[in-house]
Amino acid sequence: MSEIRLTMPFDKTELAALKVGDGVLLSGTMLVFRDAGHKRLFQSIEAGKPDFEYDGETVYFMGPCPAVKGQVMGSCGPTTSGRMDKYTPYMFDHGLAAQIGKGKRSPDCIEAIKRNKGVYFAAIGGAGALYSGAVTAVEEICYPDLGTEAVRRITVKDFPAIVAIDSRGRCIYNN
Amino acid sequence: MFTIDTAAIAAQVRDAIVETSRNMEPSCLAALEKARDAEDVPAARFALTKMCENARFAAQNGYPVCQDTGMCVVFVEIGKDVALTGKLLQDAIDDAVKDGYADLRKSVLDPVTRVNTGTNAPAVVHTDFVPGDEVKVSVMLKGFGSENMSALYMLNPAQGLETAKDLIVRTVADAASNPCPPVIVGVGLGGTFELCAKMSKQALFRRIGSSNPDPLLDELERELMTRINSLGVGAQGFGGKTTALGVFIRKYPTHISSLPVAVNILCHCSRAKIAVLSKEGVRYE
Repeated sequence: MSEIRLTMPFDKTELAALKVGDGVLLSGTMLVFRDAGHKRLFQSIEAGKPDFEYDGETVYFMGPCPAVKGQVMGSCGPTTSGRMDKYTPYMFDHGLAAQIGKGKRSPDCIEAIKRNKGVYFAAIGGAGALYSGAVTAVEEICYPDLGTEAVRRITVKDFPAIVAIDSRGRCIYNN
Repeated sequence: MFTIDTAAIAAQVRDAIVETSRNMEPSCLAALEKARDAEDVPAARFALTKMCENARFAAQNGYPVCQDTGMCVVFVEIGKDVALTGKLLQDAIDDAVKDGYADLRKSVLDPVTRVNTGTNAPAVVHTDFVPGDEVKVSVMLKGFGSENMSALYMLNPAQGLETAKDLIVRTVADAASNPCPPVIVGVGLGGTFELCAKMSKQALFRRIGSSNPDPLLDELERELMTRINSLGVGAQGFGGKTTALGVFIRKYPTHISSLPVAVNILCHCSRAKIAVLSKEGVRYE
């Protein structure tokens, strides 16, 4: 498989041209958070002001291992995306460009991705060590008290993934 | 009589955590490489290639294979001619968990308050008394992407083994991509509600490619493997030939009113080690 190289933040036209099943190598910056980070973000949204902005961003569902010698970030493979399904349509409707995780998504998520011409990428679950090698910088953004579940911005180079739901709502999984 | 301090048992747990978190269980890696070479679906082959690269990269650099270094599950089989000294076994093992997980992700928390224990302790410890004068310590770092996809069914006898087989296959099908397939499937048949679940976890310690010593269970394992690998879930749910690397079954007599069936799913990244302590020292199985 020859992979398509893409840079984040994404160019919307490039994103729209991706097809389900395409292999990609992603470079640039993305936001990283998972269950507890989403819960806290949505509490702030309900209270009237989000704790951080995500317009045009890509969110990677992940909670890393601590970094050890020679690493910018510890092992950092994807976690199961389905647990974030309830937050996903709102985020795409409010400017999110793409998500990265593992596993299938709800029909509401697929519809929201299609409606907003977003993309959902599947990273390779379990390949945490390999992904740590793709991270070149890490910055803590919000909720440091959440430990591994804090919100971070990471910079990656050649992060491998597969287009699991494309901007036309086509899905790699047998739903 | 073999007398051993629980600290010596705990030391094996600590070593197993440090080693297996960085090193995928060898029979599992061999099976993944075989699956990669046999795969025709491009996305699935891509995934299998990355999984194998990841395992090698982790081992070479001493990095955790997966960031979910799991909850530590320990089965301790204690020979009847063994005397334990020192701390309570659970406390000794929990000390080993705190130490072994020092550089790893802390994924264990209170189920009600969701406050993290901060150490990855406590471990889940099962003890059994067995014949002999040895202590067998089986350690697994169990990730929860796969644990969450596991299931227990209390069937009635009229539903029988055919329904049990259908449910085992359906559990893997419904889990789809969530448990990071290709998966390893541990099955418990019989016993009571809790024993059935325990057997399904214990079954996951079998080496990939090993046969079940019970010919009936061996045949059942082969049948289930064929059915599961016909599902087309494939590596990471991307389709293809390999949805499971192994199906391992344990059984125990059950009640005339029931047929308990437990399905414990393990991801493609098995991290397990078995140490046997005796007067002669330590050997690994």
